[in-house]
Amino acid sequence: MTTRWTRKDLLGLRELSVDEINFVLETADAFKQVGTREIKKVPALRGKTLVNFFVEPSTRTRTSFELAAFRLSADVINISATASSLTKGETLKDTARNLEALHADILVLRHSSAGAPQFLANRLKASVINAGDGAHEHPTQALLDLYTIRERRGKIAGLHVAIIGDILFSRVARSNIFGLLKLGARVTLVGPSTLVPREFEKLGVEVSYKIDDVLPKADVVNLLRIQHERQRREYFPGLGEYIRLFGLTKERAKLLKPDCLIMHPGPINRGVEIDSEVADGLQSVILDQVTNGLAVRMAVLYLCGGIAA
Amino acid sequence: MKQTKQNSSAAVPVMDAEAIRRALRRVAHEIIERNPQLEKVVLAGIPSRGVEIARRIASFVHQIEKIDIETGVIDVAMHRDDVGTRRELPVVRASKLPFPLEGRTVVIVDDVLYTGRTVRAAMDAINSFGRPARIQLAVLVDRGHRELPIRPDYVGKNLPTASGEQLQVRLQETDNKPDAVWLERE
Repeated sequence: MTTRWTRKDLLGLRELSVDEINFVLETADAFKQVGTREIKKVPALRGKTLVNFFVEPSTRTRTSFELAAFRLSADVINISATASSLTKGETLKDTARNLEALHADILVLRHSSAGAPQFLANRLKASVINAGDGAHEHPTQALLDLYTIRERRGKIAGLHVAIIGDILFSRVARSNIFGLLKLGARVTLVGPSTLVPREFEKLGVEVSYKIDDVLPKADVVNLLRIQHERQRREYFPGLGEYIRLFGLTKERAKLLKPDCLIMHPGPINRGVEIDSEVADGLQSVILDQVTNGLAVRMAVLYLCGGIAA
Repeated sequence: MKQTKQNSSAAVPVMDAEAIRRALRRVAHEIIERNPQLEKVVLAGIPSRGVEIARRIASFVHQIEKIDIETGVIDVAMHRDDVGTRRELPVVRASKLPFPLEGRTVVIVDDVLYTGRTVRAAMDAINSFGRPARIQLAVLVDRGHRELPIRPDYVGKNLPTASGEQLQVRLQETDNKPDAVWLERE
């Protein structure tokens, strides 16, 4: 490892170099080990204050960041707000002012607007970690996905990864695409044409509308959640139709190679994008992703929050 | 703390490969003498050279006593007291102490003992794995200038230095060049 980390913020995978991505993954190896100790806490960020600012609700990601911060001995405050109650520009400026006033060292931000973390990163001395911004990026999710693939398969280069589902609205898909391509994987996007436009091919990925052609060739399938609470009706006719065409059913899972990994960023819709038997099966690494998410977030907080301001 | 660039004009040799070999063999003998229950001893090396030195000491112990003592890795980066004050973070590596430490004697192994802050961090790290019966310290070179009340139990070489001088250690396995210890003057 010759790379050094010099970033105060983690905004997306698009701007990270291959070396930087690998550096985070290797640092996460060290922090994963901490979870197996009798005392699962290290003093690395003692005296630092982390603010979890989740303008969009998310229990899973917020909890993971919170636990990661606790394990690094940082103090944590959680702030949630509804995006609808304030106009965007005012919210972010006020947020910035408030955070400066609290002497926050690290801000973990989830926001419905793409670019919100960048906006604050440019204005704050504190480290800003993007925990998902609009349909833009969700870097820690992609890093934990990369970590899980690397842990299970020993490498990422040369693997064929299928990302299945709602790609258009998915920041997880975007961050994964940037990360996987940088590390040398082959990526195929699968889903209804309304949610997987051909434009994505410009990023260097393949697009397919026939899941049964892709599954037998994949080394990893990453199923994205159908965000039916957010979905407008015109994108696909209904859940039944989606399951029939793109759901990873028990039958369809038989097409997979025996060593193909099944991933899902959670929360899973059992019986929609994935059948229960498949989600709980031997090929599923969905719970590994949760465990690894903690290690990856500890690494990111340590790297971004640990360097002198 | 540990740099590998060699400034040939002001470099003063301290130990060659043979001196390092003899020093570590002597440390192995001392560990055997001081620990009648040798099977309870665990050598915990601090990356990266401490890990290699621990491996060598264990191999000397095996030669002398025909006993395999356990070795592990104790990373101190996430236990340091200067995180947030440095522009460049120490690289963190995974610790490996895959055995219960209760009732054991953990010997921390490092190449150079200087301020003692790394050793303090190592003791802190070990305690997060469990509660050993005792912790001892073995170093290849003690160069003085302690900033904490820490003293080594086993020393390959005592070398009084000035604080402006840099002590360099190179090992074949970690640095891909023949073993050597030398001093660099500013």
